[in-house]
Amino acid sequence: MDTDRLIQTLAADNEPRPRPVGVMLAMALPVAVAIALALLLGTIGLRPDIRTAMRNPFFDLKFVVTLALALPAIALSLHLSRPEASLRGWAWWLALPLVVLVLGIFGEMMMPERLPMLTRLIGHNAMLCLSAIPLLSLPILAAALLALRHGAPSRPAVAGALAGLLSAGLAATLYAAHCVDDSPLFVATWYTLATALVTAIGALAGAKLLRY
Amino acid sequence: MLAANAGDSVAYHRLLKAVTPVLRAGARRGLARAGQPPDQAEDIVQDILLAVHLKRQTWNVEAPFAPWLFAIARNKLIDALRRRGRRVFVNIDDFADVLPGEPAAETLPAGEIAGHLEALPARQREVLQSIAVNSASIKETAAKLTMSEGAVRVALHRGLASLAARLRKE
Repeated sequence: MDTDRLIQTLAADNEPRPRPVGVMLAMALPVAVAIALALLLGTIGLRPDIRTAMRNPFFDLKFVVTLALALPAIALSLHLSRPEASLRGWAWWLALPLVVLVLGIFGEMMMPERLPMLTRLIGHNAMLCLSAIPLLSLPILAAALLALRHGAPSRPAVAGALAGLLSAGLAATLYAAHCVDDSPLFVATWYTLATALVTAIGALAGAKLLRY
Repeated sequence: MLAANAGDSVAYHRLLKAVTPVLRAGARRGLARAGQPPDQAEDIVQDILLAVHLKRQTWNVEAPFAPWLFAIARNKLIDALRRRGRRVFVNIDDFADVLPGEPAAETLPAGEIAGHLEALPARQREVLQSIAVNSASIKETAAKLTMSEGAVRVALHRGLASLAARLRKE
């Protein structure tokens, strides 16, 4: 086929206009988060003492940490869906949840009455955390990758890893409402491990699915 | 591009035509630098145009157009060279006796897209052939194939998208 013909054909295909990636993501993520929430409520549910827990600043801090991961990751994955974009100047946003965590850990050290460090770190159900966050993140990761397929990232694996980060962040936000371990030490250990796992899955899937 | 994204097909056509010589020159230069015969340039140009078309929503209205275009072009050129690199490597394995330095004969005819056209589902192929090969309009194609114009548009878009997917997989 000669190039002039191809150009003619492409110009004929100018309607309906494709939706921007941001719109796709804005449509896909709420649906996926709702599915993950239904999954959480239908299986392990919220923690029974959630009303009293909400008065504990360390319980609330978990949501700050997970959202500090999810929101920058959403913004970054949108940014990277443009072919000419790079992480330069943006990557430091990803350090935000770590900063919050470190502050939280120091804050907890100031508390007068506290359990021994290792007890706080190991917590009550680390294994549940390690499995629930990746499982809850799967529908979100799938939706994020589907939406990001409308983009054109120059490094698909990096874009996929960011999709993993954002879905782990959102899934962890949901799981935090069930999790009875509020110590920032617990969050820093097990939430981070779960997030790393989802990020790796995202990178592998992205390398395949997000090429254009 | 602004007008094109707003649905102005004439402006869009003009834009694609205007960037093609630039892309062609770039593709030739890239092939030459990689020590590849320049007759592959047209396939790469078409591959880039297809990607520009399918990803035109990723151009940000406030951002300059050229860096966006060249990022896609570079990406596609790298893809193409990598693919050809792999193929040449296979050729060297197969013809170990052939003197190195002699460029391996390229068996693929110019016009990868035309080759992939054959493998598309019937409806998409008919629509693409009508519009691309016979230069029919969407309205004429719809009348000829007794489809609605909307269905023609959908088939056309799907056909282009699956062409791009096939080029990528190769």
